[in-house]
Amino acid sequence: MAESAPNGYGPSVERHDADVVVVGAGPAGLLAAIAACEAGRSVLVVDENPAAGGQIWREATGQGPHPRARLVIRRVRRLGAGVLSGVTVFDGSADARVLRALHVDDPRRVLEIRYRELVLATGASELFLPFPGWTLPGVTGVGGLQALVKGGFAVRGRRVLLAGSGPLLLAVAASLKAAGARVVGLCEQAPRSRVRRFGFGLWRHPLKALQGVGLLAALRGVPIHHDSWVVEARGAGRVERAFVADAAGNRRAIDCDLLATGYGLVPASRLAELLGCAVDHDGRVLVDETCATSVDGIWCAGEPTGIGGVEVAMAEGRVAGSHAAGDRQRGALHARLLRKEQRFVRRLERAFALRDELRALPDDDTILCRCEDVSFGAVRSLRDARQAKLETRCGMGPCQGRVCGPASSFLCGFPRDRVRPPLIPVPMGALAVAGPSNTSKQRSNERSNETMETPE
Amino acid sequence: MVDRSAGGGEVTIRVDGRQVRVPAGAMLASALCNDRATQAMRRSVTGQPRGPLCGMGICFECRATVDGRPQVRTCTLVCREGMEVRLDG
Repeated sequence: MAESAPNGYGPSVERHDADVVVVGAGPAGLLAAIAACEAGRSVLVVDENPAAGGQIWREATGQGPHPRARLVIRRVRRLGAGVLSGVTVFDGSADARVLRALHVDDPRRVLEIRYRELVLATGASELFLPFPGWTLPGVTGVGGLQALVKGGFAVRGRRVLLAGSGPLLLAVAASLKAAGARVVGLCEQAPRSRVRRFGFGLWRHPLKALQGVGLLAALRGVPIHHDSWVVEARGAGRVERAFVADAAGNRRAIDCDLLATGYGLVPASRLAELLGCAVDHDGRVLVDETCATSVDGIWCAGEPTGIGGVEVAMAEGRVAGSHAAGDRQRGALHARLLRKEQRFVRRLERAFALRDELRALPDDDTILCRCEDVSFGAVRSLRDARQAKLETRCGMGPCQGRVCGPASSFLCGFPRDRVRPPLIPVPMGALAVAGPSNTSKQRSNERSNETMETPE
Repeated sequence: MVDRSAGGGEVTIRVDGRQVRVPAGAMLASALCNDRATQAMRRSVTGQPRGPLCGMGICFECRATVDGRPQVRTCTLVCREGMEVRLDG
């Protein structure tokens, strides 16, 4: 890349095509690819990360792939599926009369990937809730900190406070401790009674129960607070101290070098929405028992259909891949296994439902939109995300509301805003090369810096 | 994905013209978190210091100019020998 001119996009797009194109190389996407290959289809997987495996099968720098992922990835390759890593889908169309294709940023060239059937396995992102001080360096997501550590961030000896909700907190706390961090506390917003009931319910899932017991053992000595949440972070230039509130009305300070907060996961369904797939209020892509979306020939698997973890994702991946490849028999078999896992999802949602007090986390001066530095006070009384965009620029920066969108929908009850291309900021050269797709004809954004087009 | 070609399992990148040795195979955002001289990865539109939030390509808080390309999410990029990083990009 060093030799090529900045933004030196080639004069034309590079074309690829496959019977089944899979977006996302996490558990759902890889299992979908295997199922579609086994049914005799040509398969191409595209993924944003430098290595296949998704977030859950991301391994620490220098350790090679996750053992479970290694088997799956080997199978994908042996079956002859193509895997393109480190590339990002920025636009696409699903209209068979025009073109069924994705536009992908390589990032040195633009790829046009034509598909007959499309499986969306785009995963999830963390739900971040704003609170005073959350923009200080050193305040990260929970999964976010884990990803940074796996990427080589050395946390040995650093004091880490984790706060938020869900089983990910325990898993990340254990992995940080193993990496040498001093985990000074773990705050779970859910009441202890609900978490305990969820734990007892795990007898139906022996593997998960075993994992849970292992995590708690690994966290011996770490103070675990239920009914607790972080209300403020303070520090000069970066986080030095967090303030924790609890249901009893107490407030106390905990000193830390890193503060990781995350309130569970939200479906990454923007590509599905761009392509016209119906989603519910929480952004879950609506699918039937075959994992078919509302758009003909587009299937969806894993976290975008509802947060359920790796087992559900793998099961859905098999269902979606089989049906996308036209193998209905096998698809139906996998669907039976899937139903059991989906009951686990509902228990998970009940146990870690977010408490109302969290809606009061931000004050009027707290930044809601980190890209444009829009305060919560400027947005809280507006009608919807559209009005917030037009009047305050909230959600109009490079992340396009991926962070503030889910937060404002929880805090203000905003309905989901329409998704417009490009899905990520891409150089103007890339857009010129790709040409207008049928989803992007209304694109008309003149703002942003000279070289990058940031969506409206 | 892990680049072990460089001796000692390290590669050298340049951050705002300064040479920084980082573990081979490290993600750029992670390497910048380790770099003591990098207090904040960028300044927000109103000048606030910012660092990485999501670690997985969602939030764009760790963006920088890399090898001339602006707004690159450093959390999605593996460090390579000779990589040229400009912060506040």
